[in-house]
Amino acid sequence: MLKIQNLHAQIEEKPILNGISLTVNAGEVHAIMGPNGSGKSTLAATLAGREEYTVTQGSVEYMGKNLLEMTPEERAREGVFLAFQYPVEIPGVSTINFMKTALNQIRVHRGEAPLDAVAFLKLMKEKMKLVEIDQSLLNRSLNEGFSGGEKKRNEIFQMAMLEPRLSILDETDSGLDIDALRIVAHGVNALRSKNNATIVVTHYQRLLDYIVPDFVHVLYKGRIVKSGTRELALELEEKGYDWIKADLATAR
Amino acid sequence: MAKDDHIIQEFTSREYEHGWVSDLEADAAPKGLSEDIVRFISRRKSEPEWLLEWRLKAYRHWTTMVEPKWPNVTYPAINYQDIIYYSAPKQKASPTSLDEIDPELLKTFEKLGISLTEQKRLSGIAVDAVLDSVSVATTFKEKLGELGIIFCSFSEAVREHPDLIKKYLGSVVPATDNYFAALNSAVFSDGSFCYIPAGVRCPMELSTYFRINAAKTGQFERTLIVADEGSYVSYLEGCTAPMRDENQLHAAVVEIYAMKNAEVKYSTVQNWYPGNKDGVGGIYNFVTKRGLCAGDHAKISWTQVETGSAITWKYPSCVLKGDYSVGEFYSVAVTNNYQQADTGTKMIHLGKNTKSRIVSKGISAGKSQNSYRGQVHVHKRAVQSRNFSQCDSLLLGDQCGAHTFPYIDVENSSSRVEHEATTSKIGEDQIFYCQQRGIDEESAVALIVNGYAKEVLNQLPMEFAVEAQKLLALTLEGSVG
Ligand SMILES: Nc1ncnc2c1ncn2[C@@H]1O[C@H](COP(=O)(O)OP(=O)(O)OP(=O)(O)O)[C@@H](O)[C@H]1O
Ligand SMILES: [Mg+2]
Repeated sequence: MLKIQNLHAQIEEKPILNGISLTVNAGEVHAIMGPNGSGKSTLAATLAGREEYTVTQGSVEYMGKNLLEMTPEERAREGVFLAFQYPVEIPGVSTINFMKTALNQIRVHRGEAPLDAVAFLKLMKEKMKLVEIDQSLLNRSLNEGFSGGEKKRNEIFQMAMLEPRLSILDETDSGLDIDALRIVAHGVNALRSKNNATIVVTHYQRLLDYIVPDFVHVLYKGRIVKSGTRELALELEEKGYDWIKADLATAR
Repeated sequence: MAKDDHIIQEFTSREYEHGWVSDLEADAAPKGLSEDIVRFISRRKSEPEWLLEWRLKAYRHWTTMVEPKWPNVTYPAINYQDIIYYSAPKQKASPTSLDEIDPELLKTFEKLGISLTEQKRLSGIAVDAVLDSVSVATTFKEKLGELGIIFCSFSEAVREHPDLIKKYLGSVVPATDNYFAALNSAVFSDGSFCYIPAGVRCPMELSTYFRINAAKTGQFERTLIVADEGSYVSYLEGCTAPMRDENQLHAAVVEIYAMKNAEVKYSTVQNWYPGNKDGVGGIYNFVTKRGLCAGDHAKISWTQVETGSAITWKYPSCVLKGDYSVGEFYSVAVTNNYQQADTGTKMIHLGKNTKSRIVSKGISAGKSQNSYRGQVHVHKRAVQSRNFSQCDSLLLGDQCGAHTFPYIDVENSSSRVEHEATTSKIGEDQIFYCQQRGIDEESAVALIVNGYAKEVLNQLPMEFAVEAQKLLALTLEGSVG
């Protein structure tokens, strides 16, 4: 589904991604871990098409197409979803209105008719139940005055609404209380299928107890320096990142 | 940021949608302004002597006045002798039903999306349409008549209801009030009149559409609304003009007189031709709007969505004379390309326990300049009065300007005045967030802008709100890519 090869990206002349290669197949869950500032969010934003990040080398193939040539909205319409680490506030626009606009643009892109009000409401109710989110929240201005946890849950609600092929969850677990973490993880798992894939960016092994990854990667200084299975996450939890950094130093 | 520059560059105007010219024969005065022209207009309208005198007094006063220079707008000097002050579409004797109206004219209204016949049948909005200078048709007259409501063209009101006109004309905006009001008082050619009797709640929205059609013509219409004790009316005003590369002057006056316990809601969606994207052409919209809450507990609420005109100079105001009277002003003003707007309100608190609320949302794009100018004056006698003002500016790009000029003057210690102001830029991160959900950049801007203006748009009647939302999007369309 996704094939990243030797991806280099920079912002304002400052290189941040320094040769990332990663292949994600349909049905898989990949976890990306790594110290603060290592480039995890940059990777997510580059895949989503944020213009500030300039790709200087490498390629990204998504569903057989060159992802890097697509506009951000085309990527989204083709099924790339990013749950933001810091969701943005849009005053005066409710989540409901926002989702209606988004979903209908995606449907038109797919050659489907826009959903009428009744069908939309039905879909919304169903997804609200899945992530246990209250309608009063969805009537409010998008993310405005939301608590940290509410924002994250709202991101997963949007993901449920749009049913993406490739979901990238950037630290969706931070700011969630234990119950919310379980609910969000339950939502993500319910949406998993053999046709879609998930990339989970996290600092905590705890999330991976709920969303069990097939692979775990460590990102450090803009490179994937170690890949493994679930056990790698447990090891990181126990030992931190110093041993990886030390390994790298001796290898050099 | 790179993205911002992008937005600015792409922020070129789309073509103005209402830019067609109707092929109507016009019956016009010669160019220029003099006492003779004032007499010509008055005679053409078979006006009584007192009204001619009123006009002449205004004209003579106008000749002693100078054009205001304080607004934050710049434009080349207007040659008042190069304007045609009266232009009526040629017709047989005045029409008594829609069937007698020039079909071209009806087509004009259809293009505007206001088919009078359709309106009459379906929408339940009574419409008085003013093309150039003459009021063409007033629908629903009979139905309103049963309730004692008068809704007709100004000329007809002069003929049929001279006592009301004599009593209230100039009672809120005196003929000598300001330069453009004086000019209007001298040469106004038509407009709308509305009277709601005591205790009557007008069962439908009353609506006026204005359109400037003939070249080199100024439009000077006058609207007078009188709401008797305990009555209610909601009044809508829409405007369009064809594309022309010379500027055209529009200097209207709106007066609202609200008696005890009366409530008037006045909504405007202003979409005059704004000029092209290089700033050529467009309407100069120099308008005086004022409401008087003459009686206790009266309420006047102005809502305006200003998207058109090359220059807008306009301050819908409330004089809160009655105790416990209420004034409101809700405004969205969008400027793009080279448009300039200097708009806001005046809330003059004279009565005790009076309240006013100002919500102004400015949106500037392109190379435009957008100023909010507002005055809150609380008189010594107006004890226990309140004002709340919220003035927000939203910038798209960094070549436009947003300015706020609040004047606050409180003469007693028991009143409270609050003023809040914010300036923000439309965020790249907001646009990216929308795009990441599959929404294209243009729709994203429209969504964000409509969200920003929501508090004001919510004040509009439903059909108008939808139209206004579309207009906001259209004004900003082509801005991003
Ligand atoms: N707009 C920007 N301008 C300058 N530097 C930036 C910008 N965006 C990111 N960076 C830098 O790029 C590096 C990688 O940032 P990124 O947000 O991708 O890290 P991260 O791995 O997601 O960290 P965290 O775990 O703290 O979320 C950091 O050093 C950061 O300061
Ligand atoms: Mg991050």
